[in-house]
Amino acid sequence: MKKKFEMINHTADVGIIAYGKTPGDLFENAALGMFSIITPLEKVSEKILISVSIDAHDNEELLITFLNELLYYYSTKKVLFKRFDVIKINETHLDANISGEQLSAHEISNDIKAATYHNLKIEKTADGYKTQIIFDV
Amino acid sequence: MSQSCPLKKVDDYRWKIEKTGGMHTEGLIFASEKMVSNICSDNAYQQVSNVATLPGIVGYSLAMPDIHWGYGFPIGGVAAFNLNGGVISPGGIGYDINCGVRLLRTNLSKKDIGKNIKNLIAGLFTNIPSGVGSTGKLNLSSQEVKNVLEKGASWAIDAGFGEKVDSENIEEKGILEGANFANVSPRAIERGREQLGTLGAGNHFLEIQEVVEIYDEKYAQKFGIFLGQITVMIHTGSRGLGYQVCDDYIKVMLSASRKYGINLIDKQLACAPVLSDEGKKYFSAMACAANYAFANRQIITHWVRETFMKVLTKSPKDLGLELVYDVAHNIGKFEEHGGQKIFIHRKGATRSFPNIPVLIPGTMGTASYVLVGTEQALKETYGSTCHGAGRVMSRTQALKGERGSELAKRLESEGITVHAKEWKTLAEEAPSAYKDVNLVVDVCHRAGISQKVAKMRPLGVIKG
Repeated sequence: MKKKFEMINHTADVGIIAYGKTPGDLFENAALGMFSIITPLEKVSEKILISVSIDAHDNEELLITFLNELLYYYSTKKVLFKRFDVIKINETHLDANISGEQLSAHEISNDIKAATYHNLKIEKTADGYKTQIIFDV
Repeated sequence: MSQSCPLKKVDDYRWKIEKTGGMHTEGLIFASEKMVSNICSDNAYQQVSNVATLPGIVGYSLAMPDIHWGYGFPIGGVAAFNLNGGVISPGGIGYDINCGVRLLRTNLSKKDIGKNIKNLIAGLFTNIPSGVGSTGKLNLSSQEVKNVLEKGASWAIDAGFGEKVDSENIEEKGILEGANFANVSPRAIERGREQLGTLGAGNHFLEIQEVVEIYDEKYAQKFGIFLGQITVMIHTGSRGLGYQVCDDYIKVMLSASRKYGINLIDKQLACAPVLSDEGKKYFSAMACAANYAFANRQIITHWVRETFMKVLTKSPKDLGLELVYDVAHNIGKFEEHGGQKIFIHRKGATRSFPNIPVLIPGTMGTASYVLVGTEQALKETYGSTCHGAGRVMSRTQALKGERGSELAKRLESEGITVHAKEWKTLAEEAPSAYKDVNLVVDVCHRAGISQKVAKMRPLGVIKG
């Protein structure tokens, strides 16, 4: 897979198109794209590890629930995440380990309020999966 | 894109979208001819049509002149629904619940603060936490958080942050009724607890302004405004608590939409019947977030007063820092219009009721306005008008333009002092990224959905 994600631009908000060979890849790359909007991730280290376990009605809601779960930890634990390992995933459930570093050591480029459900669709492509996600910033 | 734009001209300031597909009603957009090409190229009109597909919508699917592309409902959108058969949607209000504006008047003219403008801005910057994930100086117990969410601005006033009379000039007197703490998740409370009394980041700001133009002497006098006067504007909302309430309930509403068989063109439009169990619970949680935002602006007001007293060594009486008004521009309300009870969503739109102030924040370096609501707005827009300038440039486009530090320098040369936590957010919010607020306000004035009273220009700005 060439690209993990790319940025898209709408007037009011910011979005990404994420790609992945597998659903697990897609979720990891979407999370990576989201935190890349918040801060330049090359400067962030992997000092803090958190495990997340999520249930949702379908794979699309699972993706947004996952991203907003990460934003909840970002906002309350003040951690910037840069590494995302999906351990287990099916249509309605996901387990992942995520790691990163305290926010205080870094400069923030954009705050993200939430990942939205706007026009949400996970598509099957010739070489895997792709999806567009719009954030409220 | 624009050749297929379906906007049909009604008159100089009104454009209709005809009923097609699953639309239950027509769309009506307030805009000038010039603005229409932006609205078309932005595809924002499509979102006006999408909202028209929701069950129980009454009147038009409305959009104000500052309409721009949002997620789900457009920013600048107004949609009213029947209580029987109509819906309530968290996406129709937005993540920053009760994002709004408060304007404080003073007895001071520019000459009374003179060179102290820099000291005032520095003092406010120290006194009022701002920036991404900023945390407040308050440490609230769970019981106190419950009171904030259910009592809004009056909690803050009772806790010593202001005067009883302050609540007279707040939309709903600073308490949106029907709030129930039990329907707010522990996560939302966790996010809100430490952010009360903070400005936040993004387009939120605090400004010291000067009144530079009076359009309506009668209303200016009624609202306590005069030419050359110093005013203070606070633009912020419900912070992380609101974002979490919105996210929590979109999930509830996605499931409710399936349960009630509501067909969604876009998942962000997820909704439930207004008076269903899910609808009522969301309303009571949304009201909690709205009250939190009223309390937030009340606490910040108290710190503004403290800072002015300290820096200018003047008494509260000499300063006269009183509320002109406090009004929301992301909110949902039960209202009665023409004898009909409705539920109205205002997402990036402001209530416009006769004789009551409407506050329009500009963007850094541009003017802000005091307007007054009108009878015409009651007839045409369920008492709604615009909320601000409306973006025309994406944030990343704005970042490629002027750098934050250059922008600050330029504003300084225009006599505007700027303090920002992050230079990058400053550049994102550059005035050129927005529609001209003067044009937006003019369209509302000419269409009659609000009337101009006064214009202010910034002297000093604090950005997150």
